[in-house]
Amino acid sequence: MTEEENPIEEEIKEIPREIVVPGEVLAGKDFLPGEGTRRENEEIVASRFGLLEKTDKLVKVIPLSGAYIPRAGNTVIGQIVDVNFNGWMIDVLAAHQAFLPVMECFGYINKKDLTEVFTFKDIIVTKIRAVKPRSVELTMKEKGLRKLEGGMLIKINPTRVPRIIGKAGSMVKTIKDETRCNIIVGQNGLVWIKSDENDVEREIVAKKAIELIVERPFHIGLTEKIKEFLTKNKK
Amino acid sequence: MEISKIMKKKIEEVIEKGKRLDERGLLEYRKIEIKTNVSAKAEGSAWVKVGDTEVIAGVKLDAVEPYRDSPDSGNLSVGAELNPMASDRFELGAPDIQAIELARLVDRGVRNSECIDFKKLCIKEGEKVWSVMIDVYPINDAGSLIDICNIAAVAALKSAFFPEYKDDKVQYGELTDKKLPLNDLPITVTVYKIDDKFIIDPSTDEEDASCTRVTFTMTFPEEVINSMQKTGEKLSEEEILSMRDIALKEGKKLHKQIMDLI
Repeated sequence: MTEEENPIEEEIKEIPREIVVPGEVLAGKDFLPGEGTRRENEEIVASRFGLLEKTDKLVKVIPLSGAYIPRAGNTVIGQIVDVNFNGWMIDVLAAHQAFLPVMECFGYINKKDLTEVFTFKDIIVTKIRAVKPRSVELTMKEKGLRKLEGGMLIKINPTRVPRIIGKAGSMVKTIKDETRCNIIVGQNGLVWIKSDENDVEREIVAKKAIELIVERPFHIGLTEKIKEFLTKNKK
Repeated sequence: MEISKIMKKKIEEVIEKGKRLDERGLLEYRKIEIKTNVSAKAEGSAWVKVGDTEVIAGVKLDAVEPYRDSPDSGNLSVGAELNPMASDRFELGAPDIQAIELARLVDRGVRNSECIDFKKLCIKEGEKVWSVMIDVYPINDAGSLIDICNIAAVAALKSAFFPEYKDDKVQYGELTDKKLPLNDLPITVTVYKIDDKFIIDPSTDEEDASCTRVTFTMTFPEEVINSMQKTGEKLSEEEILSMRDIALKEGKKLHKQIMDLI
C-alpha cells in the first residue's frame, strides 16, 4: 500500500529498456529465470508482455499489461460476492475468488448473521494472507483494514499501481495533499477516493490525476506534471 | 465485477446534481469515430469507437433461395457475438440473453425502418434472392452497446458493395461498384433512468446504477419505429413520453453526426 517502498520506480529511470512479448527468447542458460519468464529447454523465454530487465545473473520482465496475480502480503480492495456460514467470498479481480474466514475478521461477530458485519456488494480493504493453488485467503487483522464507506471506486490497470504510489508513496501523497482526498490504492488495481469534505469535484480531480498517470506511466518528470495539473484544477 | 454499493450511491448523487463522473452533460454523447471497410473479406464493414466502447460490424451477401412467403424479396439476418475479450462479464459459448437481445434490437431497427429495399434484392423470383447477413462484434464494452452496435450495423450496410454474380454463383472477392439499395438509415437511442433523471450513452457503471432503460429506434423525419423497455422499474406514461422526446431530440443530432461520418 501507500507506505511501501517501491523498487520498480528507481529502475525505470536508469536503464533503457527493451519491450518483449510472450514467447520471445531472452537469454541462454547462463541466466536464471525471474518474474514473468520461464525456462524452456536451454533458453529463457518471456511469459508476459513487458519491459525486459537483465542483471548479472537474473532475467525478469516487468509487465505492462495483464490481470492481477495475487501475492501473499498484498493489500487489496475487494467486493463481497457471497456470504457463507463461516466467512465471506470476495472478488479481488484475481483468477479465483478470495475467501475471508470469520476467524480472520476483527471484533465481535454474531455467527448467526454474518451479513451484520459485511454484506453483499460491500467494499473492503483487506490483505492477502496466503495464496493456494485454487484459492486466495484473506485477513482483516491488521491496521487500516476495514470496510469502505462513501467515496468512489475506480478500476485501473494493476501493472500501473507502483507508478501511482510512487517512490515511498510520494505520488499518491501529492494527490492526497493537493485534492484533500483520502486515497487507498489496492495492489489489484482498485482505487478508492474519498474527499474529506465530501466534495465530488475534488474526487473527480483526483480521479483524473490518477487516470493521467495510468495513461503515461513512463513520462519523464511525471510527478511535476501531476503537480502542475493539480494546481491548475484547484478550486 | 458488478457495481458496488458506494459507487452506485455516488453516481446517483452526481446525476442528481445534473452532472456525470466523466464530466459530460446528462444528454451528451462521447466522441464518435467511424472507419468503414475495415475487413478485406466482408462486402461491407465498419469499425465504430465511442469513448472506450469499440464495435466492429460486417455485412456478408449471399445468393439463396427465397422464403416461400416472400418469393420476390431478399432477406436479412443479424447476429451478435459477445466475445470474452470485450468485457469480463462475457462468457464463451452459445449466445446468452444479452447477445440475443442485442442482435434482435439491431435486427428490428434495420428491418422495421425498411432501410433496405428488399424487393430490389431479388435476382430471379422464386429461385434466387440476396440474403444480407450483418454480424456485430463488440471489441470492448464500456457501456451503451445497443446504440453503438446499431451505428456500426448501419455504417457497414452503407459501405457494402454487391459481389460479382456469375453462372448462378457468387464470386466472392470480386466486388462490383453497385451499392445496396438503401433508404434512410435508422438510429437507436437508449434512454436510461437513474433516480429521477434520464441519461443517454452511459458508461458501464452508469448502466449498472440505472433502474431501467428504454430503447427507441427511429427514422427521420421523426418517427419512432420500435421501442423496448428492459425489465426493471415501472414507468409512468409521462415518463415514457418524455423519454421518447429525449430520444427523438438526441437521435436527430446523432443522425446528422453519423451521416456526416459515413
